[in-house]
Amino acid sequence: MNEITQLSDWTEANWTWSQAVTRRDFLATSAAAGSLVLMASASEGIQKAEVVEKLGEFQPDFFVGIAPDGTVTVLVHRSEMGTGIRTALPRVVADELEADWARVKIEQAPGDKRLGDQNTDGSNSIRFFFDRMRIAGATARTMLERAAAKKWDVDASECYAENHRVKHQGSNRSLGFGQLVEEAAKLEIPAKEELTFKPRDEWKYIGKSVPLTDLDEILTGKAVYGIDARMENQLYAVVARPSVVGGVVKSFDATKTKQKPGVVDVVEIPKFEGAPVFQPLGGIAVLADSTWNAIQGRDALEIEWDLGENTSYNSEAYAEQLKKTVNKPGTVVREEGDVSGPLEHATKLIKADYYSPHLAHASMEPTCAVADVKTDASGKVTSCHVVSATQNPQAVQQAVGPAMGIDPAEVLADVTLLGSAFGRKSKPDYCVEAAILSRKMKRPVHVTWTREDDVQHDYYHTTTAMHFEASLDKDGKPDAWLQRAAYPSIGSTFNADTKEPVGFEMEMGFKDLPFQLKNLRVESGEAIAHTRIGWLRSVCHIPQNFGVSCFADELAHAAGRDPLEYLLELLGEDRHLDLKKAGLGNRGASADDYPFDIGRLKNVTRRAAEMAGWAKKQNLPKGRGVGIACARSFLGYTGHVVEVEVSKDGTVTIPNVWVSLDSGTIVSPNRVRAQLEGAANMGATQALYGEITFTDGVADQSNYDGYQMTTLADAPRNIHMDVVESDAAPSGVGETGVPSLAPALCNAIYAATGTRIRELPISKHDLSWS
Amino acid sequence: MTTIRVNGQEHDVSGVAPETPLLWVLRDTLGLTGTKYGCGISMCGACTVHIDGESAQSCITALSDVGDSEVTTIEGLSEDGSHPVQKAWKEHDVPQCGYCQVGQMMMASAMLKSNNDPSDEDIESEMWNICRCGTYPRIRAAIKTAAKEMQN
Repeated sequence: MNEITQLSDWTEANWTWSQAVTRRDFLATSAAAGSLVLMASASEGIQKAEVVEKLGEFQPDFFVGIAPDGTVTVLVHRSEMGTGIRTALPRVVADELEADWARVKIEQAPGDKRLGDQNTDGSNSIRFFFDRMRIAGATARTMLERAAAKKWDVDASECYAENHRVKHQGSNRSLGFGQLVEEAAKLEIPAKEELTFKPRDEWKYIGKSVPLTDLDEILTGKAVYGIDARMENQLYAVVARPSVVGGVVKSFDATKTKQKPGVVDVVEIPKFEGAPVFQPLGGIAVLADSTWNAIQGRDALEIEWDLGENTSYNSEAYAEQLKKTVNKPGTVVREEGDVSGPLEHATKLIKADYYSPHLAHASMEPTCAVADVKTDASGKVTSCHVVSATQNPQAVQQAVGPAMGIDPAEVLADVTLLGSAFGRKSKPDYCVEAAILSRKMKRPVHVTWTREDDVQHDYYHTTTAMHFEASLDKDGKPDAWLQRAAYPSIGSTFNADTKEPVGFEMEMGFKDLPFQLKNLRVESGEAIAHTRIGWLRSVCHIPQNFGVSCFADELAHAAGRDPLEYLLELLGEDRHLDLKKAGLGNRGASADDYPFDIGRLKNVTRRAAEMAGWAKKQNLPKGRGVGIACARSFLGYTGHVVEVEVSKDGTVTIPNVWVSLDSGTIVSPNRVRAQLEGAANMGATQALYGEITFTDGVADQSNYDGYQMTTLADAPRNIHMDVVESDAAPSGVGETGVPSLAPALCNAIYAATGTRIRELPISKHDLSWS
Repeated sequence: MTTIRVNGQEHDVSGVAPETPLLWVLRDTLGLTGTKYGCGISMCGACTVHIDGESAQSCITALSDVGDSEVTTIEGLSEDGSHPVQKAWKEHDVPQCGYCQVGQMMMASAMLKSNNDPSDEDIESEMWNICRCGTYPRIRAAIKTAAKEMQN
């Protein structure tokens, strides 16, 4: 048996991060105590129903355990970065299990592909795991009920679980969960067909709010994030990376660095080969006895770089090129009818170009990881343990494994709390850096990215140019609509030959245009990446919904129509968009469970408008205005109305946001509201200020002084929320609140000032008036 | 021997260079990781502590500038999370990821000490901390709740 899989090696590891409990620890301790440990997909039935059918292979998804003292432990395999998922998933299990929430313990899982998808990204956690968690809870409950039936020698149908006990219908007998564990553990795991599920009106926890699992630790400073993870005898490292992606170290002199207090060593990290993927950018690491001493040592390095061909990247010139690209025919990705005739012979032709710049994630906690890599005398890696703020511990395994010359499954990847992430922390280049350094130093190494590192070496949100054309008929409605987008693709991070947006990107608010049009053409254009492109909360919806929803507003004004009424007319009849005809992948979700329901999209649009008192806000004095937009994203639906005040000197404030959300079944109402608040702030921040530019391949911004964030003073002031009650399948929430905010804001600025924002950020425009 | 007083206790920091920012002394030398790094240039407020009761950004406060002053971190704001600000933060379920909230609470508690009836304008000018999760509406509400308790 390989050393890394031995429990002894695990429990004796020299590390001090107190919150970590591994699956192996969990199994060992609770199994040793005679507990019922249920591995959900150990049940053949669950495999068939939940895994094999969907994923086509055996993939256990998670564990629930019950100790003899009745403590229910739920292993959470998704990462907590502020959405409340570490609370939400166990609530679903506990509800179906009839567990007392006060007796539910939550443990964080390490990366393990047998747990199923662990990439906490794409607003997928509830959608992917709601049913699986219910099945797991129902399975454990059924086994406890059967155990009680056996003890009492009655039929299992007479036994039912209620608040952590199993009761007998025909008598006053009852037994606590803990008392049933020994008997239950001897039973066969029931097939899914044998399970019964609580009807919706009997749910106790699903749909009810509860404080975050980690709230007390957060409020007392005890919560452990990646930057706080510690291993005994660890060194602190920072890395000097090439300022341009693809650059390499030609030579370096660390003499002065090594004279600095606390500096232990200086180590070169090689550059990635081929496409960047999740491998390090390369550079020179300084290892010291504290983060500060490492930073001081890094400042003293003398490095000669060969910065490579991406020094040609100047974002201003690149933007001009992108704008030219979208003004030429591109690759047709969706076509209905024929736009060419109507556009050519239009009596009223409206054209507009839109643009949005690169963005950085700038999560409050920068990327951080600590690694402990052990080697034998020959230098071969014998164990590798990484503790990090990661959205995807399986990606940590997959990136670190090959770098260490071991099987990814042998990398023990533990997960801390994440000090926000927004997509950055699903890309574990920083974990690979820590592992490389630990292997070299033969002791644990903690890598901290400074804010400057974070902003200058991100996997940036892409930069996008869009072109729109529509011909309006005599009623002011478009009889043809052409739109084209070009941007460096996320695909380029994985395949250097990628030259054009890839399918899932175009389907984020562009190819999936929801309007009912006789003639439509959607095209993409070529764009070569010169920096690492990544995904950021709501991804390509950020530019594409901005462009589409602002252009729709332009048409409304060109037609002399009310933007709300016009938008609803564009959306057309209540219907399900024909996904097949439009060539849409629907994020892998079935059209039966997750139809593209125009009725729901119109509903949230109307509800937001009603909440806002839209009609009464149409003739506000100059400098004040409201704008509207809607979006379907991550399978959920939003309508936003934003109210702005633009002062005479051009300062924009946002006194009110009204948002209606329909994301189907809701598990944690208060957290959903928190996500809507957060999304409104993030959408506003990015629209108002967000811009990363490049000069000679180097990002011009490096910290919050140059990359501005909202604060309490300029963030949207009042966020009025409406969450549609629905029993539809749960869709995304975390990202769903972002896409329609920015266009509603820009449409409001038009209403307030007459200035049409076609390029973000808003702060670049002079909005002063007299 | 060079010492600093943190949360009522003396700590020997003789081995630490005097120009080292207090933030890293707290986190890496004393193991008080409740105080967070966010920017290193006093732009985000994540590292806010109290020095003699006043809010200060520990990322730009050199160890040598602390002298005999009393430093209070989140670990010392209360023993058990019972400071009115912590209670109000809990009541309003303020945190999302929680990372910036320590700095937010240290800033708010220092403000409320000198002004227990802050107006919206006071809150807006004093609370310049960055929260990427966008918890600002709840922070505003929680400060008002905490202020009420502190008035009694």
